[in-house]
Amino acid sequence: MEIEQSREVILEISDLKKSFGSNQVLDNFNLKLYKGENLVVMGKSGSGKSVMVKCLVGLIGADSGRITIKDKNITSLSQESLDLLRTEIGFLFQGSALYDSMTVRENLEFPLRRHKKRLQINETNEAIVLEALKSVGLAYAIDLMPSELSGGMKRRVALARALILKPSIIIYDEPTTGLDPITAKEIIALMNSIQDTYGTSALIITHDVDCARVVADRVILLIDGKNYIEGTFTELSTSTDAKVRAFFK
Amino acid sequence: MTLFAKRYFKSVFTRPFEWEELLRQSYLVANKSLLLVAVTGFILGLVFTLQSRPTLAEFGAVSWMPSMVSISIVREIGPVITALVCAGKIGSGMGAELGSMKVTEQIDAMEVSGTNPFKYLVVSRITATTLMLPLLIIFGDTVALLGSAIVENLKGGVSFVLYFNKVFDAITFNDLLPATIKSVFFGFVIGLVGCFKGYNCEKGTAGVGRASNSAVVYASMMLFVVDFIAVFISDIFFEI
Repeated sequence: MEIEQSREVILEISDLKKSFGSNQVLDNFNLKLYKGENLVVMGKSGSGKSVMVKCLVGLIGADSGRITIKDKNITSLSQESLDLLRTEIGFLFQGSALYDSMTVRENLEFPLRRHKKRLQINETNEAIVLEALKSVGLAYAIDLMPSELSGGMKRRVALARALILKPSIIIYDEPTTGLDPITAKEIIALMNSIQDTYGTSALIITHDVDCARVVADRVILLIDGKNYIEGTFTELSTSTDAKVRAFFK
Repeated sequence: MTLFAKRYFKSVFTRPFEWEELLRQSYLVANKSLLLVAVTGFILGLVFTLQSRPTLAEFGAVSWMPSMVSISIVREIGPVITALVCAGKIGSGMGAELGSMKVTEQIDAMEVSGTNPFKYLVVSRITATTLMLPLLIIFGDTVALLGSAIVENLKGGVSFVLYFNKVFDAITFNDLLPATIKSVFFGFVIGLVGCFKGYNCEKGTAGVGRASNSAVVYASMMLFVVDFIAVFISDIFFEI
């Protein structure tokens, strides 16, 4: 606890509530992400993980609660300030979400073109794009269209796009879902190497126990929209609680 | 849809302006529809003249052909047919494209990257169709008159110079202005409905199909409503 208190909180969610009609998806959910940490939020499908990250980046509004990113409460920010704050966050979507009418180069240049001046980035677009693609091992794919890429390649390009503005936080929404075990392992290794290279903090949403085992510094188990249990992977995987054991079996 | 239109008007005059995307969309809208509008216009002029000829000949009024065809095409048939063709081509394309972007979270990805997807995707597309449709309609009308002139030349031996002289004598400012204003609204409606259906697409591939289909159906229906209102207002102000 003492160690946690001495670390800088980069992202915090307090008492987050979100419902769709009568379905209470998130019920007083809490989370703290510390600087340089890999925090994994696990839960079965439909437990509210994706809703939580969408609230986190302002894609959907929460019913109540507080979301603070780098000491800024996102619910009280103007659209312009929120857009600026979003440049501090890289988001890897479950389905990669590459712009399919643009080449890999244009996909990566898209956020750059908008924020380069504001973020005072002096390097050329070409150099930045190439650096990001090299970091995911796909520099050769720069002029390909998304339709010409495999699932794993798409995920890596999406990761390069998430990294392009050198964010301090990366959110991974189900990073290994839909990938074969070998490609999933490559993506997991890439996530670790990115953290080593860029010193980012990561919030990883997954139900992949193997992924959590390798990347997690800390794990939160989300059940019925609430923090059911929180701890290291080892603590959770050796828990005697029936619900936790069912998940890690 | 009203709220969507309101959001468009609120966004279109505020910074940042997506000039590059507007230019790209304008080029795509015009370029994609050019051939279709040309073929439709040409056949329209050809068929219209061929069908009208026997009736006018019966009354000994074949010499009125250029005036009749040009006024009909410029005032009503040209704009409506071109707009319907474009509703099919552009409206469905926008519905499907934005729908699939929505379903595959590309719109969310854009928003998360700090870009306003409404401004980038919707405002640029609606503005592009609003600006380009009048040009497409003028182009379609010209090609239709060319088709009509060819029929008159072949069937009645009327020279192209004489035909177009008669056309320009017949068409007045009161014919051109309402038709042009009307075509601006047609363009707006096509862009608005296409974007609205795509941007609010339901999840899944079936949702994309429905968005594309309903974009065409609603846009076509709304074109006739706008046409009726435009003709009604023109009747008051331009004494048609």
